[in-house]
Amino acid sequence: MKSDIKLFENGKRLDGRKPEELRNIKIETGVLHRAEGSCYLEWGGNKVIVAVYGPREAVPRHTQNPLRAIVNARYNMAAFSVDDRKRPGPDRRSREISKVISEALERVIFLENFPRASIDVNIEVLEAEAGTRCAGLTAAGVALVDAGIPMKDIPVACAAGKIEDQVILDLGKEEDNFGSADLPIAISPRTGEILLMQMDGHLTMDEFDKALDMAIKGCHTVSEIQKKAILEKYEKNNGGN
Amino acid sequence: MTDEKREIVIPSQLLGNTKDKFAGDGTFVENGKIYSSLLGVLNMRQNFINVVPLKGRYQPSEKDFVIGIVEEPMASSWLVNINAAYPALLHVNEVPWDVEFGETEKYLNNGDCIMAKVLQVDQEKKLQITLKDRNLYKIKGGILIDIEPSKVPRIIGKKGSMISLLKQYTKCRIFVGQNGRVWIDGDETGVKKVIDTIKKIEKEALSYGLTSKIEEMLKKDAKDVQ
Repeated sequence: MKSDIKLFENGKRLDGRKPEELRNIKIETGVLHRAEGSCYLEWGGNKVIVAVYGPREAVPRHTQNPLRAIVNARYNMAAFSVDDRKRPGPDRRSREISKVISEALERVIFLENFPRASIDVNIEVLEAEAGTRCAGLTAAGVALVDAGIPMKDIPVACAAGKIEDQVILDLGKEEDNFGSADLPIAISPRTGEILLMQMDGHLTMDEFDKALDMAIKGCHTVSEIQKKAILEKYEKNNGGN
Repeated sequence: MTDEKREIVIPSQLLGNTKDKFAGDGTFVENGKIYSSLLGVLNMRQNFINVVPLKGRYQPSEKDFVIGIVEEPMASSWLVNINAAYPALLHVNEVPWDVEFGETEKYLNNGDCIMAKVLQVDQEKKLQITLKDRNLYKIKGGILIDIEPSKVPRIIGKKGSMISLLKQYTKCRIFVGQNGRVWIDGDETGVKKVIDTIKKIEKEALSYGLTSKIEEMLKKDAKDVQ
């Protein structure tokens, strides 16, 4: 898709960011009372709230696995989250995102500890502005830690992409709509293992390598923010004397 | 007694090496290195690295005393919620009464509370509880409050020091289930004081010298009343 506006000019992007600059991220944990774990995350214009319930016995029964737990992530966009009202309810896109997020989370949780159980992760997008699956997965990681679920790592996600032949980190709304490629990835920051990778658009091999490197670097930056948010909350609440 | 803070760790945080330490609870080992698997408090005891969880579900183990809420009476058993990931099974053979087949509802019904003991936890994490032990019965009266299961040892204190303190100063009957449910019975002011104190203990669970601090508080309260 072509547009009249220049997405990238004089080394700056539309919103004034440099190519390798992230949007502002704010993370808050333990925001919901009835959920075992929860997280509220703002990533630029994205606003996401995540609630974790469980481990609890999986229903319906035939979904249970006698050896390990199952992860049910549910990604949902609120009707008011985008400019044009989104028809509420699951659609093809949100079912796909739910599935890839579930699979990414399964890789980091000690599922063998909870046979026959399910861990339900509800990801609610309150406001959307490109990169909601990354925001949702990042928030889900924090919420799972908050729920006290044993994990190998805290998953984190970030996207890279291409606009006007320039590889950039963390696409904004216009960049996502009118850019030429989008590459969201999720990693396990301790091992560097890739948990999720999707791509929309076209990249050459060189551009792909560059975008992947950039996205991984971005993930590590976001990971630090995640860890800080968790520690902040619990050191304040349980600060000893 | 020191004033230093206890260290809070998060999953995937590096805690040590398998060469000089052993990996304890709440940790996992990868490539000879010990990492935390939980959000919790670091606890080094002898040569073991343990992580005591801050939050999380009750992990049942055999011989634990728990407080359960009956969820569903069935033909020859009950399903009881004991705050674990799975409901626990209470079979009619494991209750002190002589229950006719299909008459389980006459003895325990939906919503009834019981003090029980975890009888068995099998590999599939199927839970069985029993009422056949000393001091186990159906709860009548009193009130039930929920706390974080990981804070239960703090409420009880070393060799029950905290709980006996509470009983002594408030003259209430208190039973702390390992699953994070506390049953309190007594006069109104006493119960209120117990709840307030327990909430305070839960909030300050990580500070040192908590028992003496609580004792002071209770003593002061007692004087005010007089």
